[in-house]
Amino acid sequence: MKKTYKIEVDCANCAAKMEDAAKKTDGVKDAVVNFMTLKMKVEFEDGADTETVMNNVLKNCRKVESDCEIFF
Amino acid sequence: MTKKQKKNLIRIIIASVLTAAFIFVPVSGLYKLALYLIPYLIIGYDILIKAFKGIINFQPFDECLLMAIATIGAMVIAVIDDGDFLEAIAVMLFYQIGEWFQSYAVGKSRKNISELMDIRPDYANVETDGKIERVDPDEVEIGTMITVLAGEKIPIDGIVEEGNSMLDTSALTGESAPREIGVGEEVISGCVNLSGVLKIRTVKEFENSTVSKILDLVENASSKKSRSENFISKFSRIYTPTVIFGAIALALLPPLFNMLILSQPAGWTDWIYRALTFLVISCPCALVISIPLSFFAGIGGASREGILIKGSNYLETLSKTRTIVFDKTGTLTKGVFEVTGVYPAEIGKTELLTLAASAEHYSTHPIALSIKNALMQNPDAAIPDSTEDIAGHGIKAIFGNDTVYAGNAKLMDSIGVKYSVPDTVGTVLYIAENDKFMGSIIISDVVKANSKEAISELKRAGIRKTVMLTGDNRDIAEKIAKATGIDEVHGNLLPSDKVDIVEKLISEKKNNEAVVFVGDGINDAPVLSRADVGIAMGAMGSDAAIEASDIVLMDDDPLKISKAIKISRKCLTIVTENIWFAIGVKIVCLILGALGYANMWTAIFADVGVMILVVINAIRALIVKKL
Repeated sequence: MKKTYKIEVDCANCAAKMEDAAKKTDGVKDAVVNFMTLKMKVEFEDGADTETVMNNVLKNCRKVESDCEIFF
Repeated sequence: MTKKQKKNLIRIIIASVLTAAFIFVPVSGLYKLALYLIPYLIIGYDILIKAFKGIINFQPFDECLLMAIATIGAMVIAVIDDGDFLEAIAVMLFYQIGEWFQSYAVGKSRKNISELMDIRPDYANVETDGKIERVDPDEVEIGTMITVLAGEKIPIDGIVEEGNSMLDTSALTGESAPREIGVGEEVISGCVNLSGVLKIRTVKEFENSTVSKILDLVENASSKKSRSENFISKFSRIYTPTVIFGAIALALLPPLFNMLILSQPAGWTDWIYRALTFLVISCPCALVISIPLSFFAGIGGASREGILIKGSNYLETLSKTRTIVFDKTGTLTKGVFEVTGVYPAEIGKTELLTLAASAEHYSTHPIALSIKNALMQNPDAAIPDSTEDIAGHGIKAIFGNDTVYAGNAKLMDSIGVKYSVPDTVGTVLYIAENDKFMGSIIISDVVKANSKEAISELKRAGIRKTVMLTGDNRDIAEKIAKATGIDEVHGNLLPSDKVDIVEKLISEKKNNEAVVFVGDGINDAPVLSRADVGIAMGAMGSDAAIEASDIVLMDDDPLKISKAIKISRKCLTIVTENIWFAIGVKIVCLILGALGYANMWTAIFADVGVMILVVINAIRALIVKKL
């Protein structure tokens, strides 16, 4: 399952770091962060609960970029 | 400007004014430090907080942390050597200016581009119990009657049931001339109703309507990353750690070498200063921002011209095009049959056409339609008493005591009528009345007005080979190739043959070249997806074509192909310039910094100045009007 989320992040490099962090989160098959459109596209693994996964994604992203935001 | 941008701008101004004022305050030593700490903290407090969080989260390469180390380090050195605090503040200040500028420029171009694509309709007018109500287009079911007033966007694809108007299709096709629309005609969402009131019966749901498809395509375009972008993200992953380890080495090794081997003074502050300079240059932001921004701008500029590109990787490949393969029908030709020749035997031209149109009265065959179209201005064709389709031959129509035959040569043979074969290419329709040959009508596909110019424009743009593929017979194909200037023609092809030919061309090309296929999306989806880049033209409304292709031309003007190639080249030139410039300046500054020729002022230019320049350069990709 794929879902797109709106995000808030200041710089392009930070967006790239968020992408890496999201990819490494459990339950995420693949993630793409588009800095230009400020969107994060997440592909979930089968059977993953999107709500919990996204909470973890946000937590991991905050670690690399403390003032980022994901709207889900 | 967003709230955050405004706040940061105010911080930048206050810090600059304070710093400038403090230069003239006659204090020294720790008092001076205390004084200068005020603007430093005003401009840098958020960086320091983020740096602290970076340490907690084990993010050693966090750029805030690097800036914090560099500036605090510079201040410590200034205290020890009784030097200049100005530098540390300036680095922080310029860093913030750079960040601010980046956020402003990106926000601006983001807004610019989304304004270009501002075709999303906000509501649909649905009539219930005689009252017009505004509803969310998502909630409108197929078959609902919607009303579109003058000046409103058509929210959902549909068919006009009532009203006449002019439509502005420019947001979709880039075509500025308005289109006339009347009852029974299909309209696509995203067009603007210019004059009258239209009542439209929807044929699709909003989510499958043209406008949603386009928005989806453009918004997701930059997630398909190009090779340049992948290169940059790999490069930046190596670059930052390398520079940081370089900085550590620079801070430790030369002083230790001085001390232990040469038995000279270590010169710690000098070397640490040089190392701090390194840290300032270590952020790859200029690169990381400018490359996607260039592609984003290029794709945005192209969409303003009615060229939708599905990803920056396609833009990149398109720029390397050397061979273009065209499908004939619907691409170089209009794909509609028109009467191109009338050869009467016994009667006048109009009479012959009228006779044919009468016989074909009930037929909906494309050939019949084209004859009726040719007769538009002369509608006095008789209505036959009865007609009979003779499969594979033509039609037989009875008018009182007369029988009219209209069909191919086989039909004439079967009824034993002697006929003469006209000396042109195209589909021939022979007409006989009773047992007498009345003449023939030539129907053929017409070459688009711009096709010839489009091909020569492509040649001028450096395309080496143009190929045309068609299922039609060779004669017709050759004629069209000659008329348009195509180099190579293949006729009598089945759809699978087209794939074979494109595959052969792909295997023949050089590694860094690309083979582009242009089709109208009807019957050529496999070829569109097999080519390096598949371009579908005039594809609005054809879901299969939008699906299978990499680039969609919203109108069917072949000139747009060379335009797309030029846009891609401009964009790629900008990308290359930015890569070389950004990396080049950084490396030069790193070397100068290591040798002690560059101070922090130079370093901050390498970081911020370069970023501002490449961002400005990237935005140039948006300007494609005159290409």
